[in-house]
Amino acid sequence: MANIWERLKKGMTRTRSGLGDRLRSLFRGRAWQEELWDELEEILYEADLGSSTIEYLLSALHRRVQQEHPATADQVLELLFQVMVAELGEQSPSLSLPAGGPWVWLMVGVNGTGKTTTAGKFAYLLRQQGKTVVLGAADTFRAAATEQLEEWGRRAGVEVVHQAAGADPAAVAYDTVRSTRSRGADLAIIDTAGRLQNKVNLMQELQKIRRVVERECVGAPHEVWLVIDATTGQNGLTQARVFLESVAVTGIILTKLDGTAKGGIAVTIHHELGLPIRFIGVGEKAEDLLPFDPHDYVRAILGDETGAIG
Amino acid sequence: MFESLTEKLQSTFKRLRNKGRLTEADVKAALRDVRLALLEADVNFKVVKDFLATVERDAVGQDVLQSLTPDQGVIRVVRNRLTELMGTSVERIKMASNPPTVIYLVGLQGSGKTTTAAKLALMLHHQGRHPLLVAADIYRPAAVDQLQALGAQIGVPVVHEAGLGAVDLAQLGIQKSRQLARDVVIVDTAGRLHVDSGLMDELRQMQAKVPAHETLLVVDAMTGQDAVRVANAFKETLPLTGVVLTKLDGDTRGGAALSIRAVTELPIKLVATGEKVDALELFQPERMASRILGMGDVVSLIEKAERALDKDDTERLAGRMSSNTFNLEDFQSMLHQVKKLGPLSKVMEMLPGMGQMNKLKSQVDDSSLVRVEAILNSMTVKERRRPDIIDGSRRRRIASGSGTSVQEVNRLLKQFQEMRKMMHQLKGSGGRKKMGKLPFPPMR
Repeated sequence: MANIWERLKKGMTRTRSGLGDRLRSLFRGRAWQEELWDELEEILYEADLGSSTIEYLLSALHRRVQQEHPATADQVLELLFQVMVAELGEQSPSLSLPAGGPWVWLMVGVNGTGKTTTAGKFAYLLRQQGKTVVLGAADTFRAAATEQLEEWGRRAGVEVVHQAAGADPAAVAYDTVRSTRSRGADLAIIDTAGRLQNKVNLMQELQKIRRVVERECVGAPHEVWLVIDATTGQNGLTQARVFLESVAVTGIILTKLDGTAKGGIAVTIHHELGLPIRFIGVGEKAEDLLPFDPHDYVRAILGDETGAIG
Repeated sequence: MFESLTEKLQSTFKRLRNKGRLTEADVKAALRDVRLALLEADVNFKVVKDFLATVERDAVGQDVLQSLTPDQGVIRVVRNRLTELMGTSVERIKMASNPPTVIYLVGLQGSGKTTTAAKLALMLHHQGRHPLLVAADIYRPAAVDQLQALGAQIGVPVVHEAGLGAVDLAQLGIQKSRQLARDVVIVDTAGRLHVDSGLMDELRQMQAKVPAHETLLVVDAMTGQDAVRVANAFKETLPLTGVVLTKLDGDTRGGAALSIRAVTELPIKLVATGEKVDALELFQPERMASRILGMGDVVSLIEKAERALDKDDTERLAGRMSSNTFNLEDFQSMLHQVKKLGPLSKVMEMLPGMGQMNKLKSQVDDSSLVRVEAILNSMTVKERRRPDIIDGSRRRRIASGSGTSVQEVNRLLKQFQEMRKMMHQLKGSGGRKKMGKLPFPPMR
């Protein structure tokens, strides 16, 4: 775990330094005052948490403050830390594949969030664990999306199922599941084209992919990963809501956390829709895909020099 | 594109409207709603603060409170201030007096640089320029393939040589532009984090060797609070000249547009509004402000109609519409005209008041239009010219020929009859001016 924390810390240094530093310099050694509420609120807004979640977190914090009468601002921060960690729930298990199978995963999300990259990282990491993986290039729309996935296939040493550009993505998904089965492989990861959630026809296309996969393999898809870019603002909640309704998303992958964005919208998604945040991306290498740890995540956001942490 | 913010402001102002006269407390309450709406729209919280301070100063002033329609006063202040924030004029891409013009596209990973590069090349090509694309993203797997595929699609050459670094590729681009007599060089750079000093330095080196006339920051319209930080960091490193806002065809409220503009003072020059290579438009600040306030974007729609529609056809149709002989054949060509305006959902987006009709919008997808077309195509010429002859057996044949049902055929015929009746009435009561210039078919 220490190893993961180190990598997360390294990856999220910028995320930390922005918000954490400001919080710490703002709160360190100060007595708790009512006007600090506004500061807390602003900082949570800056992390893209969104008004309803912020209201919820701050009122939970308010209750704790009334019960425990903290004297210093640091103590209030500590309480906020606890409130946020509790809100985020369980720590995610590390990446592994249960026995049995074949398993089928779908990668979904809007354009440019990192679906293909994450699919490649999954394939690479699981291949390292000795699993056999088949990648399905069902993004037949974006130019050269297949080539991008094939490059990841080469890196990971796994097979990539694909058809010509413009082919029916559901047909690619079908081929991928078929080929996974006939090869006795452990896992099919189907990469789909990015689509904005308000495009009705594109969402229907995605539902068709899901239906085809369901028909081909009992219980599939076993995971539907919604990939969310950490820089995304409040639209992320709409994304999650529509993708959840359309294709029954099972978990969130929060990418690009190595920038200065906090990915706070994932907290809101978890709060509003109950979807677990399962993995985070903190860099371009396969090893930069990490299981989500609420404790570490909040620690990385709020800074790690407050009393309760560490 | 800004629907949700529009809705919020509208409901805020509706409450004001219901009250008749405004007190200072009313204005303050309204502005609290505006604050929430803007924050939920991802406008940077500092920008929101400044914005509201100005609006309050202007709105709680005497002239608003004493005016006869105070709510109009507040709306005006909010709108003026919004427009001001977003810039007051349309900013074009500047061309070098001594070609080639060099345009860099820079930004974070996944913001849409490569797609935008191709769209921009096509746009400039349509303006009579001769663009050249340089594939300088040597990091993301297959980024070069992507640009090459797009280049082939739009007929614009793409420069790349495996093994060369980004700086060399930029120089190769200039060299090739001379050989190929190209007057614009568009450099597609790799996505990078604004905090990655190594990669940011690469951009600086590229521009030291091949100076830019335009350096456009490509920003995802869905970006949250981080947009300001990203834009500032890129601006510190590079001589940015403008911003391209992508994925505006989503349902994001797009507050990032406001924030970036307010904090960096960079003009937003272009907006990308779709996945097709021609979905790139000039940014229109006033229209955007009107749009935020729910006034629709009729100007864009009319311009689009003028560009897309065949004038002779439209006039011929308009003539037919006011005659009694309007038949299904005319209806069919009307449909063709409307389809040229683009996806129906987009057309509807531009109409005033559509902000509140999100639900309806999601139902009006173009597939319903496709079915209507299929029905029309399954008719014989005689049937289209003389719809009266379509009896039960013909209806069954048309339904099975078009893969629809008899009910759908019936519905279409009924709508057509109603439409014809309506046209007749309109003609009687003052001509076709009331219908406007645009031929719209009735929707289900």
